[in-house]
Amino acid sequence: MNELRFKDGIKDGLPIALGYLSVSFTFGITAVNMGIPAITAVLISLTNVTSAGQVAGIGIIAAGGGYAEMAMAQLIINLRYALMSLSLSQKLDSRYNIWHRLSTSFCVTDEVFAVASGKNGEIPARYMYGLILLPYLFWSGGTAVGAFVGSILPDEVKSALGIAIYGMFIAIIIPPSKKSRGVLFTVITAAALSCLICYVPLFSGISSGISIIICTVIAASLGALLFPREVREEPVDE
Amino acid sequence: MNNTVYLFWSVAVMALVTYLIRMLPLAAFRRKIKSKFVMNFLYYVPYAVLSAMTIPAVFYSSNGIISAIAGFVVAAVLAFFERGLLTVAVCACGSVFVTELIIRLTGG
Repeated sequence: MNELRFKDGIKDGLPIALGYLSVSFTFGITAVNMGIPAITAVLISLTNVTSAGQVAGIGIIAAGGGYAEMAMAQLIINLRYALMSLSLSQKLDSRYNIWHRLSTSFCVTDEVFAVASGKNGEIPARYMYGLILLPYLFWSGGTAVGAFVGSILPDEVKSALGIAIYGMFIAIIIPPSKKSRGVLFTVITAAALSCLICYVPLFSGISSGISIIICTVIAASLGALLFPREVREEPVDE
Repeated sequence: MNNTVYLFWSVAVMALVTYLIRMLPLAAFRRKIKSKFVMNFLYYVPYAVLSAMTIPAVFYSSNGIISAIAGFVVAAVLAFFERGLLTVAVCACGSVFVTELIIRLTGG
């Protein structure tokens, strides 16, 4: 049988890593724009390796949000990883011991999960290490370059780059909204709730992290109730 | 509160929660999720999160709301025609830059 090697992982990880470069670069710039120190932005990428959670996180930090708010927001936003890890755990080979599980679970991203779960047969630890190595390095490195570049750019350029991360988010959510009424409904509901919380004076005490939690839980619950899908093993990439 | 201490603990909380979510199911639990509602809920979560984070924040992402709206419209149109992440982001940035340049030049 053709066993997966470390080298196979590296090869499969390269395209993921290249995709991460632009997103992490933008994350670095966004963080510095929000007043987060460059070194903190890099530290966040080194320890989290997740796009949506990190952007929500720097928003909470910039607003001086509490630790409980931070923990809650990360839990809701990143809960989908639990599902991916669970699904992945069924595919690991018998020599995939607890130490390998503790270390590789750190880097289960949407893209890493998608590639790993698409492999035929069992997955050895050495393949997973190869798969996550480049994405992890590029994610952290891209953030460092973005944060550094963001610190020295003139104001007009920084102002223009501030929209980049939202441009990427828009590029992620609009195409599936065309194909799935459930996604469209969820996207519109979340945006409407977010505006409601932002602009209605009654809700002015609600901070950014809590707002994301409220919008996500309500919009995704309504989406799940009103537009249930055929249940599959893996969630679709973000 | 000391700013460095606050930054450190915020990042620590963030990293710990994110890690536990990924690690526990891989290292400890073995049960499959059976609830159809939970599966559907988790499927819709990324879209809800990204949408709530983008709107209305995108309109305040640049130096002025007009340029931000221009960038948003360009991004939305390109995304509708299924251009890639990078294309959409770069064109949105370009629109903001050009709009702000026009506003400055016309003394707006």
